[in-house]
Amino acid sequence: MKNKQIDKQLIKNLAIIVIVFAAIEFLLYGDLLTRQFRSLLIPVCINVILAVSLNLTTGFLGELTLGHAGFMSVGAYTGALVTMNLNLPMIIEFPIALIAGGLVASLFGVIIGVPVLRLRGDYLAIVTLAFGEIIKSIINSLKITNGAMGLSNIELHGNYKNFGYVFFLTVITIFAIKNMVNSRQGRAVCSIRDNYIAAEAVGINVSKFKVMAFVVAAFFAGIAGVIYGHNVGTLKPTTFDYNKSIEILVIVVLGGMGSIKGSVIAAIILTILPEMLRSADEFRMFLYAVVLIAMMIFNSSQIKQRILSSDIFLKLKKTKKEA
Amino acid sequence: MALLEVKNLGISFGGLRAVDDFNITIEKGCLYGLIGPNGAGKTTVFNMLTGVYLPTDGSILLDGTNLVGKNPAQICQSGVARTFQNIRLFGKMTVLDNVKVALHNEYNYSLASGLLHLGKYKKTEAAMDQRALEILDVFGMKEYAGLLASNLPYGEQRKLEIARALATNPKLLLLDEPAAGMNPNETAELMDTIRFIRNKFEITILLIEHDMKLVTGICEKLTVLNFGTELTTGTPEVVLNDPEVITAYLGE
Ligand SMILES: Nc1ncnc2c1ncn2[C@@H]1O[C@H](COP(=O)(O)OP(=O)(O)OP(=O)(O)O)[C@@H](O)[C@H]1O
Ligand SMILES: [Mg+2]
Repeated sequence: MKNKQIDKQLIKNLAIIVIVFAAIEFLLYGDLLTRQFRSLLIPVCINVILAVSLNLTTGFLGELTLGHAGFMSVGAYTGALVTMNLNLPMIIEFPIALIAGGLVASLFGVIIGVPVLRLRGDYLAIVTLAFGEIIKSIINSLKITNGAMGLSNIELHGNYKNFGYVFFLTVITIFAIKNMVNSRQGRAVCSIRDNYIAAEAVGINVSKFKVMAFVVAAFFAGIAGVIYGHNVGTLKPTTFDYNKSIEILVIVVLGGMGSIKGSVIAAIILTILPEMLRSADEFRMFLYAVVLIAMMIFNSSQIKQRILSSDIFLKLKKTKKEA
Repeated sequence: MALLEVKNLGISFGGLRAVDDFNITIEKGCLYGLIGPNGAGKTTVFNMLTGVYLPTDGSILLDGTNLVGKNPAQICQSGVARTFQNIRLFGKMTVLDNVKVALHNEYNYSLASGLLHLGKYKKTEAAMDQRALEILDVFGMKEYAGLLASNLPYGEQRKLEIARALATNPKLLLLDEPAAGMNPNETAELMDTIRFIRNKFEITILLIEHDMKLVTGICEKLTVLNFGTELTTGTPEVVLNDPEVITAYLGE
């Protein structure tokens, strides 16, 4: 019985994915999107991947980390160097770049995993923050990454013309993280968050699963970085500073710790919102902050619960279902 | 050979000698009680047996193999499971998942299977669900399977801790005040359950308890701990009529 329910949910999710994808492709092919919106498609996907993967360490493992952009930059540079040095068709070199970017980023996930095993809470947040900045300065000083000048003329394998590809990667990421949470590995991760002493007592190797969570999260952040580089075409070390890490963390917190759906929705809203506010000019960041605060308050208040459980909402939901 | 053999176990916290020269031998299948006044060091003994604390002295042998120096997860895998005096459930996880976490080492599939839900995933998860529900059923908790553990009533939380410990398939089960906070009816039921699981799962149980009705009702042997040292050991009738025990612990 439970299996059937899961399958039903899966079919519903797949239906949503197909509809969203078809709608966007329709708009793209019909040239119905403004340039502004078209340029947002890939950044939305990138932020969804980043938020969902950060949710694994912050929401499910329960460790506050501020270095996610560090993994992203490692992936971005690795991926860009792969496609710049390989002269193969996109269909071959882009997957290689994605996998390489993900793997090198997850290697850094292992490295950051070491302090993760020793530190908790605010201490860990500060160490991961420093970790991101260290990566930035390493990239800044290396020859292969072209220092502060950064890389340019990266082939645009990941721009809106290949939206289908990027969309597919985004869906894969969402499913992978969702699947992991509902697996024995994910349960081990969540048990550590809820009570690590009890987790140890039932035989969970706490160190192993903490590192595993960081490695998996870093892998997908690396992939997001590869897409980023191949969408913009240029990379600079400063793109991936702690502001970016905090931006992703804000998405995760706003969407709800440990809620994958929430991360996806918050990533979409918080990527589009600043662009929508562009017309407000100098008030842009002010309005952005106000909306952010309003959304936070809404999210944590009883109002949301009341709306969700109110008669009208339930009726609406019902009629929508019947229709 | 006895299942558990503890010799000269001791631990100091700074200047405080919390447990000193503690000895206990538990035969396989026994239901053993560890009693004593507040602060006597009972929970500390459990923490040493499960690797939470590293003893300063002494040896712990389970089925002849040494446990001292192993970490809690390794000790669990060698066959010692426990519950906690201050309940430690996985509060944001469901009752079913609390038990399934404890099945982690017995049912295996790779991370790739977990990420993709392919390969052994479906079959293994189905088997885990079945096993977890079987264990919950022993405690009459099957219908709570989908609830969050933190939403359970107190008595049920205590039972879930025992269920979770049992799911690790232990040889030795340590229960730290399993009846704490339970009413007399719940305690009576718990006594039956403890006896039942000992027989059904063929395990050995060492329990800490202040409820004398439970202790005399189910324990076959007792050790009394006082100020970190062993006061006496023996059958309940002998121990509870010992004048030293009466003055140190039972009062009146
Ligand atoms: N980590 C620790 N650091 C310092 N002292 C400790 C530590 N753990 C236990 N103690 C001390 O060891 C002594 C024994 O404590 P323990 O919790 O084992 O008692 P207990 O017999 O379980 O008591 P109760 O019946 O109240 O649960 C106490 O004096 C306690 O303060
Ligand atoms: Mg105690």
